[in-house]
Amino acid sequence: MGRFHRHENGTEHRHADHEHADGLGDHSGYQTGAERIEVLERIFGENDKVASANRAAFAASGVTCVNLMSAPGAGKTTLLRATLERLAGQVRIGIVEGDIETSLDADRLAGLGAAVSLVNTGNGFGGECHLDAPMVGSALPRLPLGDLDLVLIENVGNLVCPAEFDVGEHARAMVYAITEGEEKPLKYPVMFRSCDLVLVNKVDLLPYLDFDLDGFLANLRQVNPAARVLHVSARTGEGVPAWCDWLRDQVATDGSATLACPRGDGDRSAVSTLLRSCCRWGDSNARDTCDPAQRRLRNWCCLAGAEAASLLAGGPAGG
Amino acid sequence: MHELSICGSIADIVSRRAGGRPVRVINVRVGQLRQVVPDTLAYCWDLVSADTPLDGSRLAVESVPARLRCRDCHRETEVGDLPVFYCGSCGATNTEVVAGEEFLITSVDLAREAEG
Repeated sequence: MGRFHRHENGTEHRHADHEHADGLGDHSGYQTGAERIEVLERIFGENDKVASANRAAFAASGVTCVNLMSAPGAGKTTLLRATLERLAGQVRIGIVEGDIETSLDADRLAGLGAAVSLVNTGNGFGGECHLDAPMVGSALPRLPLGDLDLVLIENVGNLVCPAEFDVGEHARAMVYAITEGEEKPLKYPVMFRSCDLVLVNKVDLLPYLDFDLDGFLANLRQVNPAARVLHVSARTGEGVPAWCDWLRDQVATDGSATLACPRGDGDRSAVSTLLRSCCRWGDSNARDTCDPAQRRLRNWCCLAGAEAASLLAGGPAGG
Repeated sequence: MHELSICGSIADIVSRRAGGRPVRVINVRVGQLRQVVPDTLAYCWDLVSADTPLDGSRLAVESVPARLRCRDCHRETEVGDLPVFYCGSCGATNTEVVAGEEFLITSVDLAREAEG
């Protein structure tokens, strides 16, 4: 694959036409010796700042956020419908619904008791293939966070791009349909690796397909040995209770980071110092990672950071 | 096509750092585990930078191979072309990624004033 580019002398050609040295300043007549500015800035830095703000907004309302990803047609929306029906009256759920165009999926989720905030990612240039942190942030004011326990983000159907963007979620789950073929974890390792939970969907079709379930699980273990796996059929309801239990567990355990932070009569200044360190650590480390364990540690530190801010402001956590 | 939005982020960072000075090359470090296609990135950069002060600049991509550190045998091994996250030495699954997830702008080469 080449791309056109232009030299200072005005000529244009494709990269494939000649080899580039990987180093710099040695390229077909480009002059060397110009000033270099050291930057060392992460390209996702701005996204990650907004992701932290989203996480803080969730923490402030005691809301757990799960980012649900998949290829197009794997069954995210059908699973969400089954989820809303099962958890109605037990877990208060809000949905951030990402789609390049149309409100079709949001419409399918209407009337099931959940607040739905739609984000169309189409921007006149083909549309974004993922949700990023600013898009999710823009959807949050349309959800009554204070009245919710759980926010489920239905990401744009895509096995590549959504995995790259931290949107402020606490956990990642993906829906994988057995109709996609058993080799997918090896072809899309970043997505499969970034997930805490993989839902193997459409298992009601197993008798009709040549799908090699053991082969798929072996491939998944190669890229993500730690992932939880649940077999489900969003259509028949098989496995949906186990998935809902997993969601309940996320809701129950996510507040624990805040609760685990010391509070009360202790040495407030020492506690503040400790939590400030956590906050700094959370800000500076483990951002560029798709490793779920590292992400959880970072989430804890961000929550602890929110606690620290509250302590320093003499807020409720200091009481 | 998340390369497009990535190029938007790169343009923001470079514009801020260059402070209006003409830019010739943007040096980008991309880990193997980042799903960024260098050619697509370069193509999108041409689209995003066109008719802006960064028009005519180019991205130089430095690739970083993925490496694992084994928490069992403490050796570091390279992941290689197949995305297998087992220790390359003892085969344990208890590993952490120590390289390959980088995605940053390392530096910016300014054009000489005469070039700008």
